[in-house]
Amino acid sequence: MSAAMTSLDRVLTTLRHEEPDRVPLFLLLTMHGAREVGMELEAYFGDAHSIAEGQLRLREKYGHDCLVGAPNATADVEAWGGEVVYRADGPPNAGEPLIADVEAIRTMEPPRIAGNPVVARTVRVIEELAARSHDVPIIGGVVAPFSLPIMQLGFETYLTLMSERPDLVKRLIAVNEEYCVAVANAQLAAGATAIGYADPMSSTTCVPPETYREVGSAVAARTFARIRGGVAINFASGRCAAIIDMVAATGAVAVQVGSDEDLAAVKAAARGRLAILGNLNGIQMRRWSPEVAETEVKRALAAAAPGGGFVLSDGHGEIPLQVPDETLHAIADAARRWGRYPIDWAAG
Amino acid sequence: MSPVPADPGRAFESALLSTNDVAARREFAAVAAHEGTYAAMETLVVPALQRIGDAWEAGDLALAQLYLAGRIAEEVVTAALPATSPFFAGVPPIAIAVLEDHHVLGKRLVLSALRAAGYGVTDYGRGVGVDDLVSRCVVDRPRILLVSTLMLPSALRVRDLAAGLATLDGRPTLIVGGAPFRLDPELWREVGADAGGRNSADAIALVRRFLGGAR
Repeated sequence: MSAAMTSLDRVLTTLRHEEPDRVPLFLLLTMHGAREVGMELEAYFGDAHSIAEGQLRLREKYGHDCLVGAPNATADVEAWGGEVVYRADGPPNAGEPLIADVEAIRTMEPPRIAGNPVVARTVRVIEELAARSHDVPIIGGVVAPFSLPIMQLGFETYLTLMSERPDLVKRLIAVNEEYCVAVANAQLAAGATAIGYADPMSSTTCVPPETYREVGSAVAARTFARIRGGVAINFASGRCAAIIDMVAATGAVAVQVGSDEDLAAVKAAARGRLAILGNLNGIQMRRWSPEVAETEVKRALAAAAPGGGFVLSDGHGEIPLQVPDETLHAIADAARRWGRYPIDWAAG
Repeated sequence: MSPVPADPGRAFESALLSTNDVAARREFAAVAAHEGTYAAMETLVVPALQRIGDAWEAGDLALAQLYLAGRIAEEVVTAALPATSPFFAGVPPIAIAVLEDHHVLGKRLVLSALRAAGYGVTDYGRGVGVDDLVSRCVVDRPRILLVSTLMLPSALRVRDLAAGLATLDGRPTLIVGGAPFRLDPELWREVGADAGGRNSADAIALVRRFLGGAR
């Protein structure tokens, strides 16, 4: 058994597909930090220092193995000047689609990163986390160029355009690639350890595997080649088992698996090529007792932890604000108790 | 009059999945000419949408295919059955809304499926609050209200909606759907809905169940 490691050592060992001292735990708490600092969500998401402070307090509270540096996917809409609709009890929504006239895509350019207040806010969060923490992975985040049009156009318009105007979709994705690479590299330069790449559109829940082969995976491979750090793909609860070989070929270091996937099967398929994050059910988590939390943690560990290459997390990339502290403590306690290598209790 | 193919249901489904609207219209028209429009809906459209919904559920089809198939099916049926058709006389009113959220694709999928199955549905739009929705139901008195949500907090607000609807005379049957309900199969019951649907084909089956024999 290895000696106790720092969170960063634990995660890096996992990404090498080796067994660290125990399974890393990522509690992807994007909103709970607002409660820690006593703020409403809208104000919290607008204040870099509060986000950083919230993340640090949450890690002190639960002892998990990461800090979330880019907690709000709609930042990638706001940075383009798009409408964001905040609510007090959950993540913000993208409002009216940014692109009202699809023909405007022909001449569209990405927003300038330098001086963009939304990008700068995320950079400040990461800089503060890097300055105030040591040996803890800081996770940046971008929305994939292939998925961002869901918010830029609205999902229905996007699907229609994919079918009827692939030329415009291709152009929009190319513009988004420039933005995505620039933002990811700005976050890495600020101190992010790795980038979470939110790509629900690429999941087989949203598009057939052929479309992923032709578009989603090609976009990812081009984008990752220009991002100066490791990238983990998050399909936001969408399915990925059927495309896991193509996912591995993009150059990603890890993939987050949704809660309705067969975690053991995905782990087996990806073994040695992609580390796996997952796949606790964040929606059901809201009403788990401590006993159920422990059972669910053991289920995920038994399925995917042996041999390393596994990070315990939720399956979506964001734990709802409605999940209580007691449950988060129960998950963290169970991860520490049952996640210690070797996972010999899971045999048989 | 075109001949009816050996397996018109499969031919229609294949046309939907290959986004061949011309072929879908042709298959529908062939059956409608022999057996009538209603029979064509029952033997072609509804079973095809059911199989496509099941295939999405099983991970064999994607949302993009489900959306395009539903849209073509809706276009085929609404061309054959304009809103002014006597077919709709006496059909109980049905309404649909996105509660609080701003993502409309789920609602669009259900609307297409229900229209393709021959139901007129009033669309209350997106980002609708609980009070507004109850007020609309007071005026329109739908027999069935379908509610779509994407985010968990909106799904939990169904509890308030159900309480508001419970105060109405002749409250509508409340059917919910969307990602939170798919990820937590017990959630619809917890928030006081009458049923939860996992996909647009489920919506057809549930509407039929709650309307009984009333078309």
